[in-house]
Amino acid sequence: MRYTAKKLAMMLLTMVIVSFLAFLAFQIIPGDPTVRLLGTDATAESVALLRAELGLDRPFFVRYAAWMQGALQGDFGRSYSYAMPVSELLAGKIGITALLTAVSFLLIVTISLPAGILLCVREHPRLDRAADAVNQLIMAIPPFFTGILMTLVFGLMLRWFVPGSFVSPSEDFWRSAAYLVFPALAIALPRIAMTVKMLRASVRGELTKDYVRTAYSRGNSRWQALCHHVLRNAVVPTVAFLAMTAADLVAGSVVIEQVFSVPGLGRLLLTSIANRDFPVVQAIVVILALWVVLVNGAADLLNQRLDPRLRLS
Amino acid sequence: MRKMKQSRRMIFGGMILSGTMALLALLSAVWTPYSPTAMSGAEKFAPPSWAHWFGTDQFGRDIFSRVMCGMGTTFFIALGTVLIGALIGILIGAVTGYFGGWIDEALMRLNDALTAFPSILLALVFIALLGFGKYNVILALGVAFIPSYARVVRTEFARHREMTYVRSARLMGASHGRIMLRHILPNTTRVLLPALVIGFNNAVLAEAGMSYLGIGVKAPDVSLGYMLSESQGYMMTAPWYVLCTGAVIVLLILGVSLIGEGLQERRGQ
Repeated sequence: MRYTAKKLAMMLLTMVIVSFLAFLAFQIIPGDPTVRLLGTDATAESVALLRAELGLDRPFFVRYAAWMQGALQGDFGRSYSYAMPVSELLAGKIGITALLTAVSFLLIVTISLPAGILLCVREHPRLDRAADAVNQLIMAIPPFFTGILMTLVFGLMLRWFVPGSFVSPSEDFWRSAAYLVFPALAIALPRIAMTVKMLRASVRGELTKDYVRTAYSRGNSRWQALCHHVLRNAVVPTVAFLAMTAADLVAGSVVIEQVFSVPGLGRLLLTSIANRDFPVVQAIVVILALWVVLVNGAADLLNQRLDPRLRLS
Repeated sequence: MRKMKQSRRMIFGGMILSGTMALLALLSAVWTPYSPTAMSGAEKFAPPSWAHWFGTDQFGRDIFSRVMCGMGTTFFIALGTVLIGALIGILIGAVTGYFGGWIDEALMRLNDALTAFPSILLALVFIALLGFGKYNVILALGVAFIPSYARVVRTEFARHREMTYVRSARLMGASHGRIMLRHILPNTTRVLLPALVIGFNNAVLAEAGMSYLGIGVKAPDVSLGYMLSESQGYMMTAPWYVLCTGAVIVLLILGVSLIGEGLQERRGQ
């Protein structure tokens, strides 16, 4: 209980630091947003007026406090370039990115865990070496290249989806599946390879322990020893790794959304960076960081559940 | 024993692959088969041949020459990134791990906050602040990589701090600086070396990703990531463009990751 409370306090602190850094970063950059909005030959009065309107004339900490207060209520201010509240701009995009991330996480778990366990059931030196080599190769292919190859093969050649367009699940569920599964798979592939490798390494490590020999001596088959004894221990680091992966998937989706033209948070982030639309960038950065902190926190708590030894430290 | 052999083989294979790539990249500084910027209207989208190993692009430029230059840019950026990230990270990690105390606590909290960001996101934010270009990419990625190195080094220094050899050195009157630099640091190479190689790999990947997104290296610098995003528009007319460029990125990452994996496996024994 104390551990949980301490962990939650840490997460909160981390979030405050992150939000502060995100806010600070966009205050110290050169390049005044008013110049972008009004052009370089604006009069001093109109610049001053706009600065007052955007709240840029107030002192730093006042602006931070006001921004935080708004952010907690879901109000991230107004976008400079879209003339609408940031929250409205984000509303439709968050769902898409969340869905993409969820599908890709699902793919990772449902492919890597069975594959990793199956590869451990029996020792096949040849198969093991082949699996190692395939794993190594898959890990070396960057997701955006996998994505490009997928658009070439499944989009342009097989025409399962039209590259450059997007169908959202609310429009047409089955058609949108093709638009989501391929990007999700592109993000997932290297992670699947990493998870399989990780799981196999920890199973191999556990198999050399004394308790496994004891289990064998009591008449357990390899499969029984694996299921009842080894996997329980071996899965702990893998779960931790999967949770870390869930946090990283968001970053992967920023790049992949560009490859498949998925209109999610990542694309909005990139256009907003190009447009110097700071309220939008700030909001996205803070939301993504919140996601990462939450997932990491949940991972720690889950880990501590799975491995009671961690509760001591 | 079998593992030992395997890890040695991985390192050897990785060295050969990366070595070849590095040589080609170095060579591109002084010589390429064709000028990477020479356009030729007559040779637009020429498929791979003896004259043009990887074919030509939409301006009739030789793709092999451009890939060589792109590798040069990538190596340069990855080296710079690792240099910045590792130097500052080691410094921070060494000081906080060795001395401990409230500075350690505070810096590690900040570190946790920064590692909460995936490094490519952090680099994106820095690029938004700094603007595009080769040196800004190095700076952005380098800064984004500091926390991971600081963490690795801090753990090692905190572990070694209480060890007998450090205490004896202290008793013999060695200064803190000397202990950190001459006694503890050499003992961390087993952990640091794989971390450096993996960092290099991540830098290659991140640079390619950023250039692909159009927020990395800008012309006239050639970049593999940018070439890839360009080639995406001509996938049906000139599939060799996208395939050759992508394959080079994969080989680049594969070579370095083999070295990294091999080193890590060797460390595990």
